[in-house]
Amino acid sequence: MATSSQRFDRSTNHFINRIGLTVVYVGELLRHRAYTRFLHWAYGIFFFLALLSGFGIYMPWIFRWFTPLFGGGAMTRMLHPWFGLGFVFFFGLQAFNWAAAMKWGQGDTRWMKRLRDYVTNRDTIEPPDVGFFNGGQKLMFWEIVGGSIAYVITGVIMWFPEIFGRIAVAISYVIHDISALIMLAGIFIHIYLSTIGEPGTMQAMTRGTVSEAWAWTHHPAWYKQVTGRDPAEALAEARRTQARSSGDQSNQ
Amino acid sequence: MSDRKTLQVQRISGHPGPVAGAGMQREEQVCKLIDTTTCIGCKACEVACVEWNDMPFQPTMFDNTYQTMPDTHWNYWNLIKFNEVTNEDGTFQWLMRKHQCMHCADPGCLAACPADGAIVQYRNGIVDFQEENCIGCQFCVSGCPFNVPKFSPTTKKVYKCTLCSDRVGQGLEPACIKACPTGCLHFGTKSDMLMLAEKRVKQLQTVSGFKEAGTYDPQTIGGTSVVYVLHDASNPEKYGGLPKNPRIPLSFTIWKNWFKPIGLIASMMAFAGVILHYVTEGPRRPQPQPPVKEVDGGEGKKEN
Ligand code: HEM
Ligand code: SF4
Ligand code: SF4
Repeated sequence: MATSSQRFDRSTNHFINRIGLTVVYVGELLRHRAYTRFLHWAYGIFFFLALLSGFGIYMPWIFRWFTPLFGGGAMTRMLHPWFGLGFVFFFGLQAFNWAAAMKWGQGDTRWMKRLRDYVTNRDTIEPPDVGFFNGGQKLMFWEIVGGSIAYVITGVIMWFPEIFGRIAVAISYVIHDISALIMLAGIFIHIYLSTIGEPGTMQAMTRGTVSEAWAWTHHPAWYKQVTGRDPAEALAEARRTQARSSGDQSNQ
Repeated sequence: MSDRKTLQVQRISGHPGPVAGAGMQREEQVCKLIDTTTCIGCKACEVACVEWNDMPFQPTMFDNTYQTMPDTHWNYWNLIKFNEVTNEDGTFQWLMRKHQCMHCADPGCLAACPADGAIVQYRNGIVDFQEENCIGCQFCVSGCPFNVPKFSPTTKKVYKCTLCSDRVGQGLEPACIKACPTGCLHFGTKSDMLMLAEKRVKQLQTVSGFKEAGTYDPQTIGGTSVVYVLHDASNPEKYGGLPKNPRIPLSFTIWKNWFKPIGLIASMMAFAGVILHYVTEGPRRPQPQPPVKEVDGGEGKKEN
């Protein structure tokens, strides 16, 4: 992944990568190092804590059963901003970690334009210009960056109403909610695609590796960049090998 | 007041026809009338409030006025505000206004509060905080047009005037009313108080020369259970913190009641969407995926 060697989190990065196990077997590619995975699950946990405690306050008449999880209403209210800050802290580190990889390009605009084909599975493999992250992933990333900034600003205003005044609180409340609703919608799509929606993806955030087939299917340009091989050729060859080895008539 | 129901006539001996006044009930809504024109700023009501509610000591603070402290406090609910006002025509007025919760018919605090049962409004119009259910979010502070609820950083709860709901429930008048030596405070049903206010306003206009005298019972929040008689109702702002048209922020009404559920449903559409996607389109597998096996009934034909 494109990262600068001058990063401020360099020593933590190196430390976690050293103690975190990442084994790449033959037929696999390294996707996310231990540091990246650690950050992902750290903000993932804080996200759900903030989400549950937040929705307990958002609409108690539906979500009143969330507040006992955190020790009652008052405790939920007390903890929620800290969960939020925990989320933003770890996601902030990840944002620096991924900023370069998430840079928006021409290919991503093209990707967004053919979103329909992506959703309807028109193409079995992604277009050759899809790199380490595709347009959808980048959109989700930048949405979270923007949403997190909104969360922090509006959250602090609601945390200290005596400083900012009642109108600022009333406005913040709406923006905070909108940010949460967008992220809630996003997280369903995210969890779906990283688990059952695109089998083989989950491994990227657990063991840190993906299969080569996963790479040329979902991120061909990245495959080309790390292996030097042409993804279309690699796929064609894999198809031939498969046809040879299975060798029965049900195969075209 | 507690005997209101029990002492209603139910049967009358030797009386033809239905009982006169059966099922009748005097109006339920209570009201405190504050006549600012006869307030002398003695602060007896402040003391009565602190005493009746058994408040812990709150140090006073001098800020160049006769006011006890700049604002009410979580343990100091009732404050005479001293306002020195120079009018446009150069005349000077020293206005005293008893400031406390207005017990709005349409309470912004209650609209804003997200905690189940932390704020209740009784049928008699009293708006009361139930601290045991309060989660300390302070949304009520931003919902209130009069800056009334006050947060205690130690207990992490919010407090305000109860209109002595404990006394009123027993048929007594609020403590402040009892203490007032000039009779500027009155307590009764809302219609009685409005009638009294009107009478006094008329008097001020015709006898005392206060042409702009009027009643403060703001209709933008459905009226209040605390009503003022003002020398100058055209500009309540000069009494310090009395907005002419108090309003509840739309975030606590339209957003909270309508867009929150709609937004949640919209968000959950993403959940429905991914399940639908899995069922109709199926997952995207790394290519080449293993060949699809033909089974009876043509299952598993749709291939990605
Ligand atoms: C059970 C919950 C989650 C699962 C199973 C999951 C899984 C994954 C996986 C497998 C990846 C790697 C994708 C790739 O390498 O292309 C990933 C990336 C990522 N995750 Fe998660 N994640 C979860 C929760 C979250 C949460 C709560 C957030 C933050 C709000 C989050 C934010 C991200 C971001 C921004 C990326 C990079 C862009 C992307 O792949 O969309 N994840 N996640
Ligand atoms: S004055 Fe404020 S605290 Fe009192 S009932 Fe109205 S909105 Fe609530
Ligand atoms: S602080 Fe106010 S709005 Fe929040 S729970 Fe307590 S009473 Fe309700």
